[in-house]
Amino acid sequence: MSPTSSHRADGMSSKYDVLVIGGGNAALCAAISARRGGASVLVLEGAPKFYRGGNTRHTRNMRCAHDAATEILTGPYTEDEFWEDLLRVTGGQTDEVLARHMIRESKDILNWIVEQGVRWQPSLGGTLSLGRTNSFFLGGGRAMLNALYLTAERLGVDVEYDAEVTDLVIEDGMFLAARLKRPINGETEIRAISLVAAAGGFEANIEWLKQYWGEAADNFLIRGTPYNRGSILKMLLDKGVQEVGDPTQCHAVAIDARAPKFDGGIITRHDSVVFGIVVNKHAQRFYDEGEDIWPKRYAIWGRLVAAQPDQIAYIIFDSTVVTSFMPTLFPPIAGQTVAELARKLELDPAALEKTVTEFNAAVLSGTFDHTILDDCRTEGITPPKTHWARKIETPPYLAYPVRPGITFTYLGTRVNKEARMLMADGKPSGNMFAAGEIMAGNVLGKGYAAGMGMTIGSVFGRIAGREAAKHARN
Amino acid sequence: MHGTRILDEADRLMTVCNSCRYCEGLCAVFPAMEMRRAFSDGDLNYLANLCHSCGACYVDCQFSPPHEFNVNVPKTLAVARAESYATYAWPQALSGAFARNGLVIAIIAALSMAAFILGFLALNDARGLFGVRTGPGAFYKLMPHNAMAALFGAAFLYAILALVMSVRAFWRDIGPPIDGRADGGSIFQAIRDAGELRYLHGGGVGCYNEDDKPTDRRKLFHHLTFYGFLLCFAATSVATLYHYLLGREAPYPWWDLPVVLGTLGGIGLIVGSIGLFVAKMRRDPALLDENSYGMDVGFIAMLLLTGFTGILLLILRETAAMGPLLALHLGAVFALFITMPYGKFVHGIYRFVALVRYAQERRTAA
Repeated sequence: MSPTSSHRADGMSSKYDVLVIGGGNAALCAAISARRGGASVLVLEGAPKFYRGGNTRHTRNMRCAHDAATEILTGPYTEDEFWEDLLRVTGGQTDEVLARHMIRESKDILNWIVEQGVRWQPSLGGTLSLGRTNSFFLGGGRAMLNALYLTAERLGVDVEYDAEVTDLVIEDGMFLAARLKRPINGETEIRAISLVAAAGGFEANIEWLKQYWGEAADNFLIRGTPYNRGSILKMLLDKGVQEVGDPTQCHAVAIDARAPKFDGGIITRHDSVVFGIVVNKHAQRFYDEGEDIWPKRYAIWGRLVAAQPDQIAYIIFDSTVVTSFMPTLFPPIAGQTVAELARKLELDPAALEKTVTEFNAAVLSGTFDHTILDDCRTEGITPPKTHWARKIETPPYLAYPVRPGITFTYLGTRVNKEARMLMADGKPSGNMFAAGEIMAGNVLGKGYAAGMGMTIGSVFGRIAGREAAKHARN
Repeated sequence: MHGTRILDEADRLMTVCNSCRYCEGLCAVFPAMEMRRAFSDGDLNYLANLCHSCGACYVDCQFSPPHEFNVNVPKTLAVARAESYATYAWPQALSGAFARNGLVIAIIAALSMAAFILGFLALNDARGLFGVRTGPGAFYKLMPHNAMAALFGAAFLYAILALVMSVRAFWRDIGPPIDGRADGGSIFQAIRDAGELRYLHGGGVGCYNEDDKPTDRRKLFHHLTFYGFLLCFAATSVATLYHYLLGREAPYPWWDLPVVLGTLGGIGLIVGSIGLFVAKMRRDPALLDENSYGMDVGFIAMLLLTGFTGILLLILRETAAMGPLLALHLGAVFALFITMPYGKFVHGIYRFVALVRYAQERRTAA
């Protein structure tokens, strides 16, 4: 189906049944689902083609409930178990009705997404603990995205890149039109019967982050593209859509301090915390490095480092453990003595020596096993290291400098089970839907479990597209 | 650091890829990479020859250009692969043949065909080069069978010797096998993987060549070329057996086994090599190793020339054109044989050896 009035290239206004703003997993699932529901669909992706898809480019798996093992999943993961995991990681800060609805719908996504051309594979090397719960995309998130785009284009969805939406025309909770700035044809207006906002969070908007984090946000590294600026989210909130989520909550992990400011993706992460100690710029430990097993511990270290002075920390370990974790993009910084290492890290050598000496003295002997909560722990220091504590005593001494790496923010638009946005007065919008990170805060009040972002994107994307098409038909 | 810039770049990329691993389901290169934390020259040459250039990891990579990490595995490994052919060439004095390979192959092919024409002009029965000859032994009136067998046998044996010596150097350089020698199971696995081009499939969705759509048909064209080549080789072998065991002399009637095999093989060579050439012309420059263009096209041209002159010879063997066509066909085949160790032909040998090593590593790791 073509747009009901003309046309894309002439700068005139055009009208589609469904306008999807955004270009990632949620946006494409919405576009495909709306198109399959009989609607004409335009996708406006603000990024250039290479950077299309926001954070989806950097993802690798999705968490879906399933009642039995599959070809690629090693065992069942029931709706109840998924719900309990979500309840635990969010500390109860979730919307149970919405979350349970999402979990139920996630079961069917495992098949639906394959019908859209995406291929699964068993969990990747080094991620065996996710083999039962999470389905991995063959070739990673960009391969997944490529498949969705090919399917969308084959179905007749129109896609524009470098399409910066500068304003939304919204009256009485009804979307009327989007103003668009094209790199070549200039300003134009796109009208549509329904809107799906799937344009992500605001993590790449450092000024906005500063409103909540202060100057500390200058030291954050952004794991995804610089295009996730939250401009659509801001417009929606400014025009009367109800806000959901804590603006300081986000998915943040400790990543290498040498990573680029934007788009370093997965390869800058560090998962060596458990094999050593973590100190701040004063060479002091500040948190139990042995609290929990991967991946549960993975998503807490970003916030922990963000709370340290200058938002920097150093994972310190010795040469006995270098092959215990995945190879890293950036090599560890090495010193033959703790003092030499400290000098290279520009830390106070005496302070670091003291911290390491005290830690070593506190280590009790035990049987090391990094796959379980083992009995290697410290006694008599604060904070303790409650598992996997072993002496750091075999040179060369090694370190990774780490900073907070922000994946995505949780502040968003409130939605109901139809993925329909709710207005500030609590009434559902007539024709506006949201999916993906822009509404993740409905489900994720805080915390994270691996693969949840993609579940939120695919499930609510599919629902939003279906409902938007339904509205357009009526 | 490594001996060459391209190996330094390959090392950098494998370090990036080893900390990502999203592509491990696409082919053999990434699982083999994951078995290592550091990469010697030999490791990188092994990985380079394991790569089938399907292009999927480029299209799927979030760090491919214009990203600042500039990850382009297919192109980097293509360059490294081409350089590895020169590295392991035997004798080393001839490794320079890879530097301007297209020119070298063209000159040798031209000289070889010219030599056969001149030879036929100088040494034949009274009917001359353009005489019409039919019936058993027609070809051998232009060149005695024993002379033909001796010349081609010698060229073929030399090619085998040079290839064996090259592969020996490669096998040693990629490091000691994890558990001793290449076992039969690994060789069988590698024969299957090579025979079906298992890793020229983009992880299942298909390969990439001209753009980001998996519409590439190189696998089909490679099958036509490779199996066409094997059929031609089988045709020659059967004919040799006919000659020595049954005393039956070529040319054979169209329905006889050597002709049927040779005809099918020749058609495969022609269609396959043209298909591969067109694919090469259309290839996304981002994925193409331009410096190997001469080598790649030279080899394709040699296969095409061999198939084309063979088929023409079959069609026109009862006319005055038989003499010159036989000279051209034999000249092409002779050039193909003697340049085998010094051209693109070696890609299949090294890739097969890399697949044997990979099968071996998988069996050990399992």
